[in-house]
Amino acid sequence: MIVALLICIVGLLGLGIAGVALALRPTGRAVVYGCAAGLCGVIGVLALVALGRPPSTIVLPLGLPWVGAHLRLDALSSFFAFVVSVGGAGASVYALGYGRHEEAPQRVLPFYPVFLAGLFLVLLADDAFTFLFSWELMSLASWALVVSYHREGDNTRAGYIYLLMAAFSGLTLLLGFGLLSGATGGYAFDAMRAAHRSEGVAAFVLALALLGAGSKAGLVPLHAWLPLAHPAAPSHVSALMSGVMTKVAVYAFVRIVFDLLGLPSWWSAVVVLALGGITAVLGVLYALMQHDLKRLLAYHTVENIGIIFIGLGLAMAFRANGFAVGAALALTAALFHVFNHAVFKSLLFFGSGAVLSATGERDMEHLGGLIHRMRLSSFAFLIGCAAISALPPLNGFVSEWLTFQAILLRPGLPQWGLKIMIPADGALLALAAALAAACFVKAYGVTYLGRPRTAVAANATEVDQWSLGAMMGFAALCLLAGIFPGVMIDALAPVSQALLGARMPTQLALPWLSIIPVAASRSSYNGLLIFAFIAASTGLTVWAIHRFASRAVRRGPAWDCGFPDPSPATQYTADSFAQPIRRVFGTVVFRTHETVVMPPPGDLAPARIEKSSRDLVWETFYAPVARVVTATVDALNQLQFLTIRRYLAFVFLALVALLLALALWQ
Amino acid sequence: MAVIGPWLVQGGQMALVLLAAPLLTGLIRKVKARLQRRRGASVLQPYRDLRRLLGKEVVLAENASWLFRTAPYLIFAFTWVAASLVPTFATGLLFSWTGDLIAIIALLGAARFLLALAGMDVGTSFGGIGASREVMFASLAEPAMLMVILSLALIAGSTQLSTIAQFMLSPEAGLRVSLALALVAFVIVAIAENARIPVDNPATHLELTMVHEAMVLEYSGRQLLMISAIACIFFPFGLVIGASEAGRYFVGLGAYALKLAVAGTLLGIFEMSIAKMRVFRVPNLLGGALMLGLLATLLLFVSVGL
Amino acid sequence: MGLSFDVAHMLAGLMVLAGLMMLYQDRLYPLLHVLALQAGLLALSVAWQAHLQAAPHLYITAVIALLFKAAFIPWALRRMVFRLGIHREIEPVVGIGPTMLAGMGLVALSLEVMLPVTAQADPVARQDIALALSIVLIGLLLMVSRRNAVSQVVGFLAIDNGISLAATGAQGMPLVVEISVAFSILVAFIVIGVFLFRIRERFDTVDVAALDRFRGEQP
Repeated sequence: MIVALLICIVGLLGLGIAGVALALRPTGRAVVYGCAAGLCGVIGVLALVALGRPPSTIVLPLGLPWVGAHLRLDALSSFFAFVVSVGGAGASVYALGYGRHEEAPQRVLPFYPVFLAGLFLVLLADDAFTFLFSWELMSLASWALVVSYHREGDNTRAGYIYLLMAAFSGLTLLLGFGLLSGATGGYAFDAMRAAHRSEGVAAFVLALALLGAGSKAGLVPLHAWLPLAHPAAPSHVSALMSGVMTKVAVYAFVRIVFDLLGLPSWWSAVVVLALGGITAVLGVLYALMQHDLKRLLAYHTVENIGIIFIGLGLAMAFRANGFAVGAALALTAALFHVFNHAVFKSLLFFGSGAVLSATGERDMEHLGGLIHRMRLSSFAFLIGCAAISALPPLNGFVSEWLTFQAILLRPGLPQWGLKIMIPADGALLALAAALAAACFVKAYGVTYLGRPRTAVAANATEVDQWSLGAMMGFAALCLLAGIFPGVMIDALAPVSQALLGARMPTQLALPWLSIIPVAASRSSYNGLLIFAFIAASTGLTVWAIHRFASRAVRRGPAWDCGFPDPSPATQYTADSFAQPIRRVFGTVVFRTHETVVMPPPGDLAPARIEKSSRDLVWETFYAPVARVVTATVDALNQLQFLTIRRYLAFVFLALVALLLALALWQ
Repeated sequence: MAVIGPWLVQGGQMALVLLAAPLLTGLIRKVKARLQRRRGASVLQPYRDLRRLLGKEVVLAENASWLFRTAPYLIFAFTWVAASLVPTFATGLLFSWTGDLIAIIALLGAARFLLALAGMDVGTSFGGIGASREVMFASLAEPAMLMVILSLALIAGSTQLSTIAQFMLSPEAGLRVSLALALVAFVIVAIAENARIPVDNPATHLELTMVHEAMVLEYSGRQLLMISAIACIFFPFGLVIGASEAGRYFVGLGAYALKLAVAGTLLGIFEMSIAKMRVFRVPNLLGGALMLGLLATLLLFVSVGL
Repeated sequence: MGLSFDVAHMLAGLMVLAGLMMLYQDRLYPLLHVLALQAGLLALSVAWQAHLQAAPHLYITAVIALLFKAAFIPWALRRMVFRLGIHREIEPVVGIGPTMLAGMGLVALSLEVMLPVTAQADPVARQDIALALSIVLIGLLLMVSRRNAVSQVVGFLAIDNGISLAATGAQGMPLVVEISVAFSILVAFIVIGVFLFRIRERFDTVDVAALDRFRGEQP
C-alpha cells in the first residue's frame, strides 16, 4: 500500500522536473495539470482503502546515513492524504481551465507538482528528519508559487514575510523534535512514542508544536502571513494553500500532541481552547473588514482553523480526564471540519479565481451583478457560501453541530479552568458562526448581486468548462457530505480508535441514515430527511402558489420607495455593509474610528467619510520584533565598515578571550 | 389508526402552524389598536390580506435575478420545516428526531441568510440597509440563542426539543436560576428575531427605522405573500420552551391556543408601552442577552459539582 | 437539597442578574429602579434564610432591608437626582460591552475562588457566599466605571447588598450587627448627600471628571 503511494509521489516529483521543459510548450499545461489530477485521484483511492487496513511502514536508504527515511501510512495519515488528494485533484482540474490565463507558466508549472509531493510526504513521514525535509520542501515550493507574480503589487513583501514565518515554523518544529527525541537521540517516531519525558519537557514540546504547527495553520497571533501570501498566489494554489496546506499543519499538531506526546495535561487543553476561540472570532472579524475577495477568504481560513483547534482542545480536555468516548466525539468533529473546510474553501477560492479571470478584479467594490453574467459559477459560489456559514443541510452545519454536542457532553469536569473555558468557547464558537454568515452575505451580495459597479463587471463572461466542472464537483461534495454525514463519521472511526482508543458509535447502521453522536435520547440529526423535507416543502409551496395565485409577472424599474437612482454607485458597498458590525465590534478590536466631514449647507462639495483602523496583533507582536531586529542589525552593520586595524584587533581579542576561558575552565 | 396516528399528528402540527400564524398577527394588531383607542381591523384581516396578495400581479425589478425569484419559496420552506420540528400541542412527534434545537435555529438562520441576500439583489440602498442591519443583529442574537439552547440542554440532558419539553413537565426540573436567566435572554432574542419593537418596527415606512421592511421592499404579489406568511410563523416557537403540555391532543390544542392568545396580548401591550430603540443601542441589548445566556451556561457548568 | 436549595439559588442568582443589569443601565432613574429591585430580592432572600435557619431575628433584617434599602434609599436618591437636575444620559468610562464582559469575568472569578475554598460547608451557604462575592465585585466595578457621583453611590449600595447576602448566608449573624451596619450606611448616606449638594453648589456639576479638571489634575 505504502509502496504504491510512494510511486505516485515520485511521479509527482518527476512531473515537477518535467514541468520545467513542458512549461514552454502550449500543451504542457494540460499535461502537467492533467497528470497531477490523475495522480491525486489515485492517491485518494489508495488512502481510502488504507483507512481500514493496519498501518504499513517502509524504510528507505535515503537521507541521513544512520537514520534512513522512515515512512508510515496509518489511519491518521490516510485520512489526511485523502483530504489532500481531494483538494489537489480539484485544484488540478480547475487549473486545466484557469491556467490558460497564466502569463508565465514556467514560474508555476514546475513547482505545483513539487508542492503536492511535499504535502503528501509530510503526511507519510515517520521520523523527524523526513518530516522536516518534507515540511521545508512544501514551504519552499509554495513560496515559489506565491512570488510567481512578482511584479504585481505587494507580492514580494508577501513572499518575504511568508518565507520568514515558514523558517520560524521549521525552526520551532526542529526544536520540538529535538526535545521529543530526548537524551537517547532516537529520531524515529517509534522511539519518540516509547520515550518518557517529564512534565516540563512535555509542556515545552506542546508550546513549540503550537508555535510551529500553529504558525503554518494560522493561529492568532501567528497568522499575519496568511492573508498576505494566500491571495498573492494563483487561485488554484491559493485554494491548495488555504484548503490543504493549513490542514497538513493541523496534521502535524495532531501527530505531535496526540500521538508522540502521550497523555496531555488539562491546562494544555485550556491553552489550546483559548487560542482556538480567540482565533475563530478574530479571524472572522478581520474577514468582515476586508473588501478584497481573496484576502477575505484567507482571513476566513484563520477562523476555521480556530474552530478546528477548539475541537482539538476539547479532545485534549476529555482525554486528560480519561473520558475517551468524549474525546473521540471531539476529535471526529474537528477532523470532519478539516475535510469540510478543505472542500468549501477550495470551492470559494475557485469562485474568486473565476471572478478574477472573468473581470480582472479582486476588489469587491468594483464588481456586482455577476449573477446575471456568470450563472453557473455564481450558483456554485452560493453553495460554498451557504456551506461555510454552517447552514443545514450542507456539510458545514454537521461539523459545527458535532462540535456543539462535544461541548455539551460532560459538564462535570473537575478542573476549574476547563469548567470556565468550555462554555466560553461555546459562546465564541456561536459568535464566530454568526459573524461568518454575515461575512458571506457581504461577500456574495456585493460581488454577485446588485448592479455592476464598473464596466468590467458589466461585461464579464462565464469561465470555461474545466473550472466550472471543478466548482460544481465540490459543490456537490458539500451537499453529499451534509446529507450523508454517517459515511464520514464511520470513516474517521479508525483514526480516533488509533489515537484515543475509543470511537463513536457506528452510524451507518442507523435507520434513515441519521447520525447519533452519543445516545438517541440525547440528540440526533438526519441530513437526508431534512434535505428531503426542505425539497418537499419547496415543491409543495411552488405548486400551491402557482395553482392558486395569479401568474402574471411584469418587469419594471426597481421600486426603491419611488426614488430609484440610476447610478450603481448608490448601492451598498462592502465597507458600508460591514459598517454596523465595524461599529459594534471594530471599535474595540481594531480601534476603528470614523470621521465624517460635512460641508455646510449650500456648499456643493461632497461629504467625506474616513475610517481608520489599526491591526493590534501586528502592532503588538510583529512590529516590536521587527524594530528590535532592525535596530540590532543597524548596530551590527557597523562591522562592515571597520578598518584593517580594527579587524585585527577583533581577531586578537577573540583569541585572548578563548585562552582566558580555557584557563578559567581548568 | 395506530399506524396513521403519528403521521396525522405530525401533519396536523404542520398545518396548524401554518394556519394559526396569521391569526396571531391579527390578534397582536387588534390589541395594539385597542390600546391606542382605535377599533382596529378584524382579527381575520391578515387572512384577507394574504388572499388579496394571491391575486396580485408580481412586479419584478429589471435586474432581479433568479435568486430574488426563488428566495421567498426557499425561505418559506426553511421556516416551515423548522416550525414542524417544534412541538406545539403534543410532544414526541414522528420526525422530531431528525433535527434538534440547534438544527431548528440553523434552519431559521438559513432563512435569514437567504432573506438578506434577496435584499441585496436588486442593488438599491434600502436593501443594503436592511441586510447590513439584519446581519448585525443576527451576529449577536444567534449566539445568544445558542447559549440559551446550551443551558437548556445542560439542564434537560438533551438537545431534542421533545425531550426538553417532557423534562420541563416532569418534577425533576426545579426552580433553577439558569432557567430564569435563559428565559430573559430568550425573550430578548425572540423580540429581536421577530423584528418587533424595540428592535425593529414591523409597520414602518421610514428608512431610518427599517430593518426587515427594507429587505422585503421590492417584493410584491405572491412573493410578498410568502414573506408575510413567514413572518407570522416564527413567533409561536417561543412559547414551547418555557413550559409545555402533553397527553390528550385536544386538551393540548386548547392549551396551545390559550398560550398563543396570552402571549400575543402580552406582546401587543409590551410593544405599545415602549419606543423603538436606536439601531446602535440594539447591540447593547443583544449583547446583554448573550451575556445572560453565557452566565446561565457558566452557572450550570460550575454548579454540577455542588 | 431540593426546593430549599433551588429557591435560595434562584434568589441569589437573580441578585447577580440585577447587578449585571445595573452595569448595563446608562440612565439614572432605571439604575435606581434596578437598585430597588436588588434590595427587594435581598429582602426575599433573607426572609427565606430566616425560614430555613428558623432564626426569627432575620425576619427583622428582611423587613429592614425591604423598608430601608428597597424603598427609602432609592426614593431619597430619586429626589436628590431630581433636585440636582441630572436626568441626562450617563456614559460609562469604558463601553457597555466590555463592562458587561468584565462583570461576567468577575462572576466567574468569584465562583472559582469561593467554591473550592468552602468545600466543607452546607451547599446553600456556599452558593450564597460565592454569589455574594460576585455582587460585591460588580458593585465595585460599577463604582470604578462610572463618572457620575450618584451612580458611584449606587455601586456602593450594591456592595452593601452583597455583604448583607453573605452575612445572612453564613448562619448566625446577630441582629445587632445588622442594625449597626444599617445605621452606618445611613450616616454615610447623609454625609454623601450633603457633599453632593455642596459640590453642585460650588461647581455646578457632579461629574467627577469635571472635579478633576478644577483641581488642576487634568489639562
